[in-house]
Amino acid sequence: MAAENGFWSSLFNLRLRARAALMGAALASLATLPAAAQEVRTAVIRVDYPSLLPLSRLDLPTEDRGFAGATLGTEDNATTGRFMGQTHETVTVATTPEDALAEFQRLTDEGYRLFVILAREAELLAMADAAPGDALLFNSRSGARSLRSEECRANLLHVAPSDAMRADAVTQFLVWKKWTNLFLVHGSNPEDVALADAYRASARKFGARIVGEREFTDTGGSRVSDSGHVLVQRQLPVFMQNTPRHDVVLAADATDYFAEYLPYNTWEAAPVAGSAGLVPVTWAPTHESWGATQLNTRFEKLANRPMRDEDYQTWLALRVIGEAVTRTGSADPGELRAYALGDEFTLAAFKGEPVTFRKWNGQMRQPILLTNGRMTVSVSPQDGFLHQRTLLDSLGLDEPESACTAFE
Amino acid sequence: MIRSTLLATAAALAIAATPALANKVFVSNERGNTVTVLDSTTWEVIAEFPAGNRPRGITIAPDGSELYVCASDDNLVRVFDPNTFEELPSLPSGPDPELFVLHPSGNPLFIANEDDNMVTVVDVKTRQVLAEIPVGIEPEGMAISPDARTVINTSETTNMAHFIDAETYQITHNVLVDQRPRYAEFRQDGTKLYVSAEIGGTVSVIDMTAEEPSITKKITFEVPGVQPEWLQPVGVKVTADGSRVFVALGPSNRVAVIDGATDEVIKYLLVGQRVWQLAFTPDEKFLITTNGNSNDVSIIDVAREEVIKSVQVGQQPWGVVVAPD
Repeated sequence: MAAENGFWSSLFNLRLRARAALMGAALASLATLPAAAQEVRTAVIRVDYPSLLPLSRLDLPTEDRGFAGATLGTEDNATTGRFMGQTHETVTVATTPEDALAEFQRLTDEGYRLFVILAREAELLAMADAAPGDALLFNSRSGARSLRSEECRANLLHVAPSDAMRADAVTQFLVWKKWTNLFLVHGSNPEDVALADAYRASARKFGARIVGEREFTDTGGSRVSDSGHVLVQRQLPVFMQNTPRHDVVLAADATDYFAEYLPYNTWEAAPVAGSAGLVPVTWAPTHESWGATQLNTRFEKLANRPMRDEDYQTWLALRVIGEAVTRTGSADPGELRAYALGDEFTLAAFKGEPVTFRKWNGQMRQPILLTNGRMTVSVSPQDGFLHQRTLLDSLGLDEPESACTAFE
Repeated sequence: MIRSTLLATAAALAIAATPALANKVFVSNERGNTVTVLDSTTWEVIAEFPAGNRPRGITIAPDGSELYVCASDDNLVRVFDPNTFEELPSLPSGPDPELFVLHPSGNPLFIANEDDNMVTVVDVKTRQVLAEIPVGIEPEGMAISPDARTVINTSETTNMAHFIDAETYQITHNVLVDQRPRYAEFRQDGTKLYVSAEIGGTVSVIDMTAEEPSITKKITFEVPGVQPEWLQPVGVKVTADGSRVFVALGPSNRVAVIDGATDEVIKYLLVGQRVWQLAFTPDEKFLITTNGNSNDVSIIDVAREEVIKSVQVGQQPWGVVVAPD
């Protein structure tokens, strides 16, 4: 598996570089601004964890997941860069949890100081703690609460939203609908339990009520079997019997083994939200507002597949780097970090308003899309919620809730 | 002062022996796939006609003979007779045309291809593509200098205003502006260019009198009680004498009135929801705003700087143009 990943990632690097060179040639005829030449080198590291197949075939993993977003982000940066005398080069590396730190160290030895990481909390923290003093890391995957609180790191900025931001996005919408009696079904894996905590906290925060809870135990086994829907249709309603009156079923299934079975297989006629049904995402290939169609079209031309959360979050991390390089005229990670956390920083991210960073824990503020898989149903934060700083801070850990001190 | 201007206008009209002119106002409805026609004296809707799929940018020939509409999802520019509303042969546009600008002579048409990082130049008489100019990512705003020598394109993801030589179609300068530049508008004496940045929340004022264009000021906006991120500048219009600049501020539902001498905001006018594009009547007595989320247009009395009326149009009005006298 590791060898295969290595093959794919090196093939991908070749393709990435070839594309960049091609673009350079096509655009050579354009006038450029006189500016100091800057070479911006970024490494994207994706840690691939052993996992079963997803419940839905639509979610089958592709070899270029995340990396295709990196390619697009690099191209976008290169377009502005060519007018400014800046070049952007990105390498992509897929690795295993065991090899992640060694790969990271190899890249720092090669001189890389800008990193976009798609990994879980443990590997991410290992890399952040092993990083040279002048390195800057972007988290494009993990939603772990602790990374935005007691386990925050000064050299780690979070482009991926926290689980709390996603949970708050769903709860705000349900409260806006006045569907405030929620029945929580959560998985039994540690990630599922953490996600359930995020939903409980969110319900408390916005005045919704969790009227009951049930655990759907992960007993292992394959995800898919022929005519498996027959059993699902019989078993799930029974599992969902004898619940207190509720408006909505909230599903907390971070490990993707049961939530997709819930819609229409509940006992009561209640809609499902959370890990299935109405799902909080940072990106959806169906999203069309605020120029999103153009980003989706550009991505599909490049990757021949729809753009997903991890592609968007990697694209966005590279755009943060690109924007900071454009405005500061520097490729120094320290200067880029200061700019990204400063008052001047704003970035257009196809979300209808600028995205910025929270100064107290390095979390990017961003609207969260609520999708039914076919359409964008709504975008949170919702009208009517208030915040003294920006409505975006009504999603996720606000300053007083975060125990992060690394940014002081 | 206002009164004497009115008298002078009346005198001019009397000499020309024309009655108080009613101009047709054409509003493109992005979602309704139609163009709504209003009368500029009664402000009543006089017609609504189909205009292709996803009509956005809209403009009219200087002699009023042809109406051009960017039918974005048809990947072409639809052409209509502004009097009979009959459809005439279409123009090629390149993919996903969003906004365009017509040469002051009426030909050619410079079209921004939002999905293809190009500006397409089209001869409106022969209906031939004259050139395709590569620009930044997501080109949108288009303007042409009053001397017709420089075409401006803004690219929304590259965050630049590209200055294009109108003869050679080569880019001569690039000016970095704020996030997501949507619209570019010249002062009629050609000394200044205004470029709005929707997500950046600013309008860059670019000095055109020096050898190289450069930003001399960034206009910012502030309305008490309105979240700053909703102050999203899009459409910009400058009066012929350059004394006033009007800026549509998107989801804040406001139009800013700016002193054209100091480039300071004087006041904000409350209009309909999600205001994007603007157009003057030829006498500059009125400014029409398209309000995409309330399906209406607001009419602003330019001299009094007041909103006098709102009129329901089609679904999600996007662009607006007024027929010449």
